[in-house]
Amino acid sequence: MGQVNAQMETIPATQNEDTFLKGVKDCIPTLLGYLSIGFAAGVVEKTAGLSIMEVVLISLILYAGSAQFIAAGMIAVNSSATAIIITVFFVNLRHILLSAALSPYFRHLSPLKNMLLGSLLTDETFGVAINKAAEKKAISERWMHGLNLTAWLNWAVANMAGAYFGNWISNPEKYGLDFALPAMFIGLLVLSMISRKKIVLDIIVAVFAIMIAVGVSMIFSSSLGVILAAVIASTLGMVIEKWK
Amino acid sequence: MEVSWGILLIILGTALVTFLPRVIPLMVLSRFELPEWAARWLSFVPTSVMAALVGQEIFMNDGEWLLSFRNLDFIAAIPTFFIALKTRSLLATVLSGIITMMLLRVFF
Repeated sequence: MGQVNAQMETIPATQNEDTFLKGVKDCIPTLLGYLSIGFAAGVVEKTAGLSIMEVVLISLILYAGSAQFIAAGMIAVNSSATAIIITVFFVNLRHILLSAALSPYFRHLSPLKNMLLGSLLTDETFGVAINKAAEKKAISERWMHGLNLTAWLNWAVANMAGAYFGNWISNPEKYGLDFALPAMFIGLLVLSMISRKKIVLDIIVAVFAIMIAVGVSMIFSSSLGVILAAVIASTLGMVIEKWK
Repeated sequence: MEVSWGILLIILGTALVTFLPRVIPLMVLSRFELPEWAARWLSFVPTSVMAALVGQEIFMNDGEWLLSFRNLDFIAAIPTFFIALKTRSLLATVLSGIITMMLLRVFF
């Protein structure tokens, strides 16, 4: 108990240890995973018709793995900008949860500083930060910047490398690279389900989402299919859970 | 090194709608908390969005319903799914998916 109190009282001192450089180091275990996904994203973006400069811009400004895959896929089939933006909005809505979960640990910072930290929030940096949070009451701002900037630069470099590689692959399908996107979605689906302890309910929601997405896509458009599936299947999950 | 206006518009638009959910909870939730129903609804969004995307990718081709053994995406999805379950690694899942598809294209 005494130790806990001592730790709370010495938060400024603990923050001194959690430097920018410590944040950089804590990011390292995630780098390889994101390097490869970023590389795949770069290849997909290039083969969807984006220039290398556009790949650099999308990885630095949008900075969201699944959203970049989706945008590339939709650009390749000439979807409208509106449809792409709405789809990405729904895909990235989950960041609300990540951001909300981290908010208690950044209460010592002003809203503007929180905005800067949140603007580079990803699934991976969230994972590292929430583990850090398990040890203490507050997370150091400099540490979070170190973590964020390392992940961000790594992502841009990986995308660029993928785009250069995609430049001299004339036929990405031959090497199965077109399956990087569905495989990434399968991975994210499985990971999002096994990280929660609601497997049966999640399977019901997933099956419903697939049926709605496929059904709506055949009649209207694929982006409307994703949006309606997200809204209806999530509402179904919420209602079933409330009932039980 | 060209950047087209259409692509730039898409990048800025998607970035804006991604930025807002990333920063707003961090900026305002130090003051109040998300209502329980909203948190619950949001907790199902990742699963339903990803399931919808997987469904479209593996069951459809150019807007057509496609469930047969000629559908390589569907076949490749099966081992990919099990590798995701087994390894819980995004990297292993993507790499094995790509390799599976490459092998399928060699044989079919």
